[in-house]
Amino acid sequence: MSKNIATYICTGCTIGESIDVEALSSVATEEYNLKVCKKHPFLCNKEGKDLIQSDIENSELDGIVIAGCSPRVNTKEFSFESELQIERVNIREQVAWCQKPNDEDTQMMAEDYLRMGITKIEKTLTPKPYIAEDLSSDILVIGGGITGITAAVEGAKAGYNIILVEKEKKLGGFANNLYKQIPQKAPYKQLEEPNIGEKIAELDQYTNIKVLKSSEIKEISGEPGKFKVTLMNSGTEEQYKVASIVLATGWKPYDASKLPEYHYRTYKNVLTNIEFEQLAKEGNIHRVSDKKKAENILFIQCAGSRDEKHLPYCSNYCCSASLKQAEYVTELNPDANVFILYKDIRMPGRLEIFYKEIQDNDQIFLTKGELSQFTEDKDGSITVEINDNLLNETVRLKLDLVVLAIGMTPSNSEDLNLNYRKGKGLPELKYNFPDSHFICFPYETRRTGIYSAGTVRMPGCISASTEDAQGAVLKAVQCIESIKRGEGVHPRSGDTSFPEIYFERCTDCKRCTEECPFGMYDENEKGTPVPNPNRCRRCGICLGACPERVINFADFSIDSISSMIKAIEVPDEFEEKPRILAFVCENDAYPAFDMAGYKRLQYSAFVRIIPVRCIGSVNKVWISDALSKGFDGIMQIGCKPGDDYQCHFITGSELTETRAENMQETFETMMLEPERLRTEFIEINEYDKIPELINNYVEEIELIGPNPFKDI
Amino acid sequence: MNKKHILVVGGGISGITTTVEIAEVGHNVTLVEKLPYLGGKVAQVNQYFPKLCPPYCGLEINFKRIKQNPRITLYTSSTVESISGSKGNFSVKIKKSPEYINDNCTACGDCSEVCPEERPNLFNYDLDKTKAVYMPHEMAFPWKYSIDDKYCKKESCNKCADVCKYDAVNLNAEEEQFEINVHSVVFATGWKPYDASKLETLGYDKYPNIITNVIMERTAAKNGPYSGEIKRPSDNKIPKTVAFVQCAGSRDENHLPYCSAVCCSASLKQALYINELYPETKIKIFYIDLRISGRNEDFLQKVQKRENIEMIKGKVAMINELSETNNLILEAEDIMSGRKVKEEVEMAVLATGIVPINPSISQLSIDEFGFLENIQEDGIYAAGCSKKPLDVSSSLKDATGMALKAIQ
Repeated sequence: MSKNIATYICTGCTIGESIDVEALSSVATEEYNLKVCKKHPFLCNKEGKDLIQSDIENSELDGIVIAGCSPRVNTKEFSFESELQIERVNIREQVAWCQKPNDEDTQMMAEDYLRMGITKIEKTLTPKPYIAEDLSSDILVIGGGITGITAAVEGAKAGYNIILVEKEKKLGGFANNLYKQIPQKAPYKQLEEPNIGEKIAELDQYTNIKVLKSSEIKEISGEPGKFKVTLMNSGTEEQYKVASIVLATGWKPYDASKLPEYHYRTYKNVLTNIEFEQLAKEGNIHRVSDKKKAENILFIQCAGSRDEKHLPYCSNYCCSASLKQAEYVTELNPDANVFILYKDIRMPGRLEIFYKEIQDNDQIFLTKGELSQFTEDKDGSITVEINDNLLNETVRLKLDLVVLAIGMTPSNSEDLNLNYRKGKGLPELKYNFPDSHFICFPYETRRTGIYSAGTVRMPGCISASTEDAQGAVLKAVQCIESIKRGEGVHPRSGDTSFPEIYFERCTDCKRCTEECPFGMYDENEKGTPVPNPNRCRRCGICLGACPERVINFADFSIDSISSMIKAIEVPDEFEEKPRILAFVCENDAYPAFDMAGYKRLQYSAFVRIIPVRCIGSVNKVWISDALSKGFDGIMQIGCKPGDDYQCHFITGSELTETRAENMQETFETMMLEPERLRTEFIEINEYDKIPELINNYVEEIELIGPNPFKDI
Repeated sequence: MNKKHILVVGGGISGITTTVEIAEVGHNVTLVEKLPYLGGKVAQVNQYFPKLCPPYCGLEINFKRIKQNPRITLYTSSTVESISGSKGNFSVKIKKSPEYINDNCTACGDCSEVCPEERPNLFNYDLDKTKAVYMPHEMAFPWKYSIDDKYCKKESCNKCADVCKYDAVNLNAEEEQFEINVHSVVFATGWKPYDASKLETLGYDKYPNIITNVIMERTAAKNGPYSGEIKRPSDNKIPKTVAFVQCAGSRDENHLPYCSAVCCSASLKQALYINELYPETKIKIFYIDLRISGRNEDFLQKVQKRENIEMIKGKVAMINELSETNNLILEAEDIMSGRKVKEEVEMAVLATGIVPINPSISQLSIDEFGFLENIQEDGIYAAGCSKKPLDVSSSLKDATGMALKAIQ
């Protein structure tokens, strides 16, 4: 069934001066027999838009092709209130602005792009959203510490039902053990009373919060919108349905006995800062060995933190915690002497004001240096020698207590007990924190609908954790509402397409299951992939992975791209016009091509660009199709992989590298040069490199010679 | 879900984040930005720490989220004049500066080509000039030209209006005022760098080879005024020695009593800019404490391992210039050796701190340092650096959290 497609060609912005628009429109009217192909000198103004609008209203169109500027601009101008398909063909930034005007090759380029645009509409459909039945709107918050409590209260205030699960009998977590809190409000000088009691009491104000204490997650299955949660509540199994999840399971202190130099547990008067806080809360800061009053106390900072052998990161809370403890020691006992041995005192922002107070406290001595001696005396005191770098001398101290400012380690996210084929927890980045490593998108985890918050996500103090809770709940709320609309969440928020699988031809090879960065696919007992569409981020990496080509999106499919490739006119080898097909990631590389155009940087007209959702969504059949079609070289241009990856879908670029190597091996068995497939990674602002990138590759391919499959 | 309408003031990365996060829940958002483009300070940043990635990457996807979302209304070159009412029913007066260039603009650039007037380029901290009709920067969103009416001669010149093929120039445009009703308001009005000329002993105004950290961002940027080449201002030579002066204003009771939280990491990053370009250049970072947050410790280690980057614990007290060479003499105490050091360098970078920018709206509560405080019960919230000094990632966390507060 051929579709009723209208084409509009804008001749403004030098397009008309650069391209033979009459010839271009004959591609639509003659090659594709489209009834409507209109030209306009200024399509994005009111008159131009009205022209399109009236055609939409008066003709029964299935789709429109707008050849003009990049789809990145005039997005709202060219969105019409209609279900019909709209395809923007970029003949401004990616043809008129980057190619020789009125040149045969420029013309061929524009014509090919129009063919590809028309073909795309012919071969795709407007996505129909996947909206599951019986969707929940409830949020599960796991962990009843300060982060989880904040998440519950804030989510409830936004009108959502919350189920708050705590494994202990009592809510509050570490905050319960606090004697004092560091200053949170102006003038940032006085210690504050812990407010965890008030926080816990606040939960009672909300009828839409259900608190389950002494409860642990036994299993979570399903997908966002309808996670099935099985938990053990005081020994009884209970089931709940929730839409999204906030993981706020907190932290554990680093095991101090792994730091042999401090003789923790061997020397009785060596404590962790957690144990010390407990002493203070009990109202008696005494020596553990003989219960005598502790007057001389040393705090050792970075006990385990900032140490490659232990925790390579800074635990963020220990400086402020020790300064707080030092402060209350001196408030309680005017005769006490407190020493703080540190690497750097890290009191960012207005915490600095409190630090200044400490510096002015003449009972507190801040020492930057190394320990040269650490021994226990007969009376239980600890004698230390510190090579003080600030005073340039060795200081010998006899101490009643040594307090280790112990580092923070995240709870294991496997406590989620996800019944996912790809594991029980959230994939971790580094040091066991389930962080995305996105500066720009701090809450993205690799399990859709599950957002980590507080110290399980990153080390920090109470204020950072409570702030984090609010952000995570917003993401949980957003996920609920997006799913109700059948839309994907970040980074393709609003996308209503989802992968549809033609199972009759699925061979259970599990490549999709393995390669999906987000754990979208589970498996049934036969080993056949089971998709969970609401877990999907719409990157298309599974489409790229599938060797049977059975995974497709309504508007992005194996057949649509294959057909676009086939629609391109490839000259025969005697014309000496090689053709390069470039799959370009639409996130960073495609805008870089646009910028190159804006800067009027010129590059070879032999290249044809196909934007893809992620470079990881390129299926190898498209590479075969391009070779069969006669393309001489194929480029895949994506975002940077590696430790500091910029791939919006985390693993897309990395997978592309591996797949390309495999393809190149296949090339060699076919007596094809591996250079015919090239993988490149560029950053969005590296548009200045594009001419070199393209031109060098074209030259290289010209040297290698025409694709031997051309014209076969 | 009961659909609400939220106002976000400030289109930097925090305001953008609050806006898109709210709109993607399904509520309506009006975003008001005083400049003609979005992106604020991060648009001027060359690379983010610790990944050394371009901020445009994050901006691009956020702009895409804005473009595709029908629930977002954007007013650039606009400010909030006043707010009245209470949570759930605020009435907000918005002033939109004259729209000399309308949405017909196709960014073709013909206007700028014929424009005879110039203006200092604010985007590059006045290091260079643009025409009076200008594209704010190359990846600006909205992607259209803008007219600086302080420098434009309007109809007495009229060249841009004459040349424009798209009827996009209206030099008679007038300021507009209108009112909107919103459920709540989030202020994300951002920050400006501390005025380095107030640091009298550091000689910023006197000596050409002292620059600030924000200027370093534009200097190192490929799309900046020097195409990414880092040269010292007095003679345009590649500096063989560079000093970074940390806490230039911050942690100082006479200037900014607080720590600005980002300058340590920013200077480490900028030391890498130089080190990547000119590995032979000797870099010294004078600091009080190296305040690098959490997992970014590995970034500190990466920089510490670089040859020719040295970290010296000690605050720079004074900078003087050797007039014959324009080199600088830094006086500092090297705390680890206990000696007073005098260090001659060819260029110095002052790590100036964060000063919050606040709109003059009567309902706002401002602390003694100028930071905004949340007035939660009142439905007025603050996000990002207008609330406290934060790095980008922490600003985004905060801005996401404030999106939740705003819809409550």
